[in-house]
Amino acid sequence: MTAGNVSRIPARFKSLREAGRKALIPYFAAGDPGPEFTVPLMHAAVRAGADVIELGVPFSDPMADGPVNQRAAERALRAGMTLRGVIEAVAEFRRQDALTPVVLMGYGNPIEAMGYELFASRAGAAGVDGVLVVDYPPEESEVLTALLRTQGIDSIFLLSPTTDDARMEAVSKIASGYIYYVSLKGVTGAANLDVNEVAERTRRIRSHVDLPIGVGFGIRDPQTARAVSAVADAVVVGSRIVQEIEDAPAADVVRRVEDLLSGFRKAMDD
Amino acid sequence: MQMYEPGQIYDFPDSRGHFGPYGGTFVAETLIHALEELAREYDRAKNDASFLAEFESELKHYVGRPSPIYHARRLSEHLGGAQILFKREDLNHTGAHKINNTMGQALLARHMGKRRIIAETGAGQHGVAAATVAARFGMECVVYMGSEDIKRQAQNVYRMKLLGASVVPVESGSRTLKDALNEAMRDWVASVENTFYIIGTVAGPHPYPVMVRDFNAVVGREAKWQMPESFGRQPDAILACVGGGSNAMGIFHPYIAERGVKLIGVEAAGSGIATGRHAATLTAGRPGVLHGNRTYLLQDEDGQIIETHSISAGLDYPGVGPEHAWLKDSGRVEYASATDDQALAAFHALCRFEGIIPALESSHALAHAMQIAPGLGRDQLLLVNLSGRGDKDMHTVASHGGLSL
Repeated sequence: MTAGNVSRIPARFKSLREAGRKALIPYFAAGDPGPEFTVPLMHAAVRAGADVIELGVPFSDPMADGPVNQRAAERALRAGMTLRGVIEAVAEFRRQDALTPVVLMGYGNPIEAMGYELFASRAGAAGVDGVLVVDYPPEESEVLTALLRTQGIDSIFLLSPTTDDARMEAVSKIASGYIYYVSLKGVTGAANLDVNEVAERTRRIRSHVDLPIGVGFGIRDPQTARAVSAVADAVVVGSRIVQEIEDAPAADVVRRVEDLLSGFRKAMDD
Repeated sequence: MQMYEPGQIYDFPDSRGHFGPYGGTFVAETLIHALEELAREYDRAKNDASFLAEFESELKHYVGRPSPIYHARRLSEHLGGAQILFKREDLNHTGAHKINNTMGQALLARHMGKRRIIAETGAGQHGVAAATVAARFGMECVVYMGSEDIKRQAQNVYRMKLLGASVVPVESGSRTLKDALNEAMRDWVASVENTFYIIGTVAGPHPYPVMVRDFNAVVGREAKWQMPESFGRQPDAILACVGGGSNAMGIFHPYIAERGVKLIGVEAAGSGIATGRHAATLTAGRPGVLHGNRTYLLQDEDGQIIETHSISAGLDYPGVGPEHAWLKDSGRVEYASATDDQALAAFHALCRFEGIIPALESSHALAHAMQIAPGLGRDQLLLVNLSGRGDKDMHTVASHGGLSL
């Protein structure tokens, strides 16, 4: 066990709060379009103003993802990315960046195949700060969450527009780091969200959960990011980035993602 | 972990859908509300006498139940050992056991006020059964089907369209059943207010495994009174094929407490387990999480789901219902497998000896029965769930024999 790994997420949100800024959290699939792009993309995201990085762990059956993220997972798997490879990428990123929190986001089965204990210790040693398992609701997460906690890793959970107050209470008992509010009914990359509804929901979540709230699913442009950042602590941009990775020629991928994220950052800070 | 000891009352799953370590609800938060609502409504319906009476009436007058048990005398004589009996689910409307479950779920959808039905399908049998009940009740129906399967099952695609359903090709992943299930789930997340998702097997998140089992358990309940009535006693063994496992759970469940009746599930060994080209999840897989439940899966060492193979599209699935996973570990059910070639041989034997053309899925169960029958006494009774008829398989069987129709 790597005694001393402490999640960088709370400190990051604290300093953002003190500076009066909101977090920009990019998401993209590790290994897309190839394993060699992952660490350069992470550094580019930080240069563009990312405060936390959500790194997708590719899975063959991403049930909660729309077509853009599905294709990214397929490209990553074809290029040979594995959960072990994702953790190694985080360790490599840490050699140059000791401060930016990194969250792994994916599905349960690759973690089960590695084994909970091995996963937790490897992720802790690599400097992972949070884990979001999309298909593990809180009631199926107790064992993994406890193991991650011993490694100083936060367990991030989703809340959705249909989550009732009782479930928000249940999630608040097991979640740490931040809450990921899924701002629309659908899969990743679906239609645009309704900012007024998001404002109303984040108010309700705050009355149950004492954690920063990130909002994602459906944030496709800087204007929406700006509007959402007025009512949330963090803005998650996923499919829009993944689309850029798909569209850009390999030589331009890193620069195009950096430019895109800089636009989001600027809109949120202006 | 809760253990199931002999003599203990079998009351799985628990209130959250667990069969020992298997089952459960492994979905994104976006689906939790819909599943909780469904579990609540199903709990109410299964204790509601008028709902049950309506279900029973539809099964009798629309599906054509009860299905008979038929003694295959010529085939048994040929094998020279145990007597082979068939539970004739092939005689149901639409030609398989699938209609039992789709009828139950469609009635539940009506009770919940949902006007739109979605379903996933592999070979098209469940899609046809869903399209059928949707037409019966005047509901909109959308069926998700992998584009590879659409190519292989053109006739069933046309049947669904005749019944008024839209068939949506799925182009992601391996473009087969598992991807169709992913896509139907994605539709449901966004449409849950007006849409009921009819899952076709005893898999998926709670309450699907228990609900689909219960709707199909009419098969085993009938057998339980038919056997003493026609043959003076219960069978010595019951055999059923297992893909997702809905026909098997349907006939096994009422017999789980009957310790004297051996239960045998037969998986698809494809080209042979050793070749890796198969769909024998319980025989060669290991536990993991897919499609909302923890169960045995065919997966690589990194936990990615691998493509399966079986001559029978209905068994070509990398997972299996969580209750089967539990019944395997607990030892109550024995799981065997039959290869493509063994299933085909059983298919032809049943055509010639009994004048019954079985589904290739059911032919797997028969293949194993034909293997063990000669070694058993003539007084032994083997009840095989003949889960479907083989009309849909004409092209597959013909092309395997070098013919094109």
